Amino acid sequence: MRTTSFWLASASLIALGLAACSGPSEVPVEPQAAAMPSRAGLAAGLHDAESVAWNIELLASHPSPPGFFEPDALWSPPVPIAAEPEETDNETGAEAVPADDEEAEAATSPPSPISFANTDLAFTGDRLIMGNFHGFNVFDVSVPAAPEVILSLVCPGGQGDVSVHGNLVFHSVEQGRARLDCGAGGVEGESSADRFRGVRIFDISDLANPRQVAAVQTCRGSHTHTLVPHPTDAETVYIYVQGTGGVRPDTELAGCVDGEPEDNPDTALYSIDIIEVPLGAPEQAAIINRPHIFADAETGEIAGLWRGGASEEGAQQTSSTVACHDITAYPHMNLAAGACGGNGILLDISDPANPTRIADVFDPNMAYWHSATFSNDASRVIFTDEWGGGLGARCRAEDPENWGANIVVDITPDGLVRRGYFKIPGEQSDVENCVAHNGSLVPVPGRDIMVQGWYSGGLSVIDFTNPDAPFELAFFDRGPIDADQLYLAGYWAAYWHNGYIWAPEIARGLDVLQLQPSPFLSENEIAAARLIRFEEENTQTQQHFVWPAEPVVALAYLDQLARSEALSADSLSAARAQLEAWRSGTAELEDLRLMGRHFSQLSEAAQDTDAARMAALGALLQSFD
Amino acid sequence: MERLVTRSVKFAAGPGLALAGYLVVIASSAVLAQPPLVQPGAPGEPARPLSAEESVALGQSRYTSHDVRFMQHMIMHHAQAVEMGALIPERTETPAIRLMGDRIARSQDSEIAMMQSWLSRRGESTEMDMSGHGSHGSHHGAMHGGQPSETPLMPGMLSLAQMAELAAARGADFDRLFLTGMIHHHEGALDMVDALLEHPGAGEDPELAEFLLAVQADQSAEIARMRSLLERE
Repeated sequence: MRTTSFWLASASLIALGLAACSGPSEVPVEPQAAAMPSRAGLAAGLHDAESVAWNIELLASHPSPPGFFEPDALWSPPVPIAAEPEETDNETGAEAVPADDEEAEAATSPPSPISFANTDLAFTGDRLIMGNFHGFNVFDVSVPAAPEVILSLVCPGGQGDVSVHGNLVFHSVEQGRARLDCGAGGVEGESSADRFRGVRIFDISDLANPRQVAAVQTCRGSHTHTLVPHPTDAETVYIYVQGTGGVRPDTELAGCVDGEPEDNPDTALYSIDIIEVPLGAPEQAAIINRPHIFADAETGEIAGLWRGGASEEGAQQTSSTVACHDITAYPHMNLAAGACGGNGILLDISDPANPTRIADVFDPNMAYWHSATFSNDASRVIFTDEWGGGLGARCRAEDPENWGANIVVDITPDGLVRRGYFKIPGEQSDVENCVAHNGSLVPVPGRDIMVQGWYSGGLSVIDFTNPDAPFELAFFDRGPIDADQLYLAGYWAAYWHNGYIWAPEIARGLDVLQLQPSPFLSENEIAAARLIRFEEENTQTQQHFVWPAEPVVALAYLDQLARSEALSADSLSAARAQLEAWRSGTAELEDLRLMGRHFSQLSEAAQDTDAARMAALGALLQSFD
Repeated sequence: MERLVTRSVKFAAGPGLALAGYLVVIASSAVLAQPPLVQPGAPGEPARPLSAEESVALGQSRYTSHDVRFMQHMIMHHAQAVEMGALIPERTETPAIRLMGDRIARSQDSEIAMMQSWLSRRGESTEMDMSGHGSHGSHHGAMHGGQPSETPLMPGMLSLAQMAELAAARGADFDRLFLTGMIHHHEGALDMVDALLEHPGAGEDPELAEFLLAVQADQSAEIARMRSLLERE
């Protein structure tokens, strides 16, 4: 057991060490490109594609379950229209395509990978819910390396974005073929009460007999949605509905009006829908507000985001932003970040039924603002750009590295300020659909780290602690499905949840991975991240991380200070010895507190990230009762 | 059990064998207690159990001859944007135009490949049927009495005369013609999407539906950007 006097000596070494080493703001040790394995030229295959993993390990791959996979979708020969006599008359070949005024002939589409595409994830208890264009699947993941399907629910309509609250599953539907009764075959006619576009609510408390308890129709359907808790009433949740499709006719759904606000002030464009769900009676869920979150605050003009003049080069003067693709709420901070087509926006959601826009940002390299992830302290947001909608190969050597990328944006008193970009290296082929897609934070204390899916570009873990220079520290990538033809595949998302990375693969199923220690991410940092656990997690409803006062958390900070060479070798080893003593149960609390006070003092003389880490370490060590 | 299956798949050599491996997965999981595979009904209605085959059949969707015609036309529509983009390097140094044009050409080029694949997988021709276009139906480069045609092939496309004017322009003139032409071109594409969706049953094929969303999203954003560039001219 170390004595206080020994520690005092160590602490003074730290002070000396800092004095010797303090310098410009540190940048975490960044891997050199040569240190990374190449992702180019991986052999194709469905479940036997070649793969490459760097600082990450694939623990399990669960194929899409029966009923959610159609082998013919991938390798069937072309099906001529005439081969479906029951659907067509007999001569609907290319030569017979009609002019606009002619009656259309229908044919059966060949099975398509997208019909059974796995999409977003939600977590509750030991359950993982994986959305699908065809419905959703529920897995028991109590053993993360061996997920088991416990329910497959069929309800076609796409894109099957899911959220969960207890036994209620919320499911986004946007396609015109979707039916209220979860049936197939589409809907006849322009207007029909059988069509469903909006948010479905399922009760899955009885796995053998799940029920659709509500189906809230919206004018533009639901491409994505975001669950937002009521600030005080635990029996109420809100669902923000982001619809990006066309406005349906009001003959089908009353109150749905298309067009520009000048012509139609009640237009369903330029807004989101907010559904209120009474959890005790979810069948009463209904739209309670359609706030015009792009409106001009001063004039009230609905299409107001860019009107009034933008001075910046390349900034938009027009009102192309008519919808949000996705919104990430951060209730702990009373904020939400909207990725809204032509812009990123920041919303105040302290009154979640009445969100108000407080900032917005434009960037000439961002084609389509797609999704958003806050840093834990809500000082910045990573937005993704889904250039091409995820269908195309956009991570080839010739595709620019700041198109279809992530952009880091700082939240400042002066608004949203753009910082750096990140895109995976351009090593993907012509047959791999690839662009930035959904992700979530990896809760490593002292750093901003995110994992995300890049479709067939694989999944990637990046550090954006330095917002100007995000860098990659781990990845997993597979070859394409087929060597010659592009089939929609790859990671819709990659999310950290309770110690593991969960990744829905569009065509292949559910993958479970775990990070491995490397020079860029230590065992202590990973262990500290694994301490953060949530009973329920919907990624677009971001939750705040608070790390417990555990030795691995302190050691994680120390590893970071070591990596940035903020401490001398002597002081580092003294501090490490003390923290290891704590881990093995042989440290005196008073010694730890003393060390904590010294780190707090040191932080005042240090800069930026190092200062924050020292302050956090100091506070942690002084937090004991 | 799952692990054994995975291994058998791992050693499969090609798509065909991988497929066989996948069938093993289905067969082997059938031996285990099956998790429920169900189709709920409308709100309040009970769910009904399905077989895997029934479930897959419910994933079937339709496409219409309007969809086919739309894709065939959009290939040609996109091809003109690629042609316009190819004019840029020789005609302007304006960075914003070069960036914009490069991006558009890349997007449209990869979307052409996607549309061709969509059509050929359905046994459809990737060429549009020109018979309905009468004397204007010939491909680019066709001349009418020695003069380029002034009639565009479809909404938003530049006529051959306009293409010739663009090709002859340089510098600021080129920038202006390129932006106005491409804005017009993209608006035409959005009109084509709108027109398609007015046909009941059109745009329901899930791949096509996703493509339509991507066209609407990307091209609306590009139009906005080009308008702002035009205002700065």
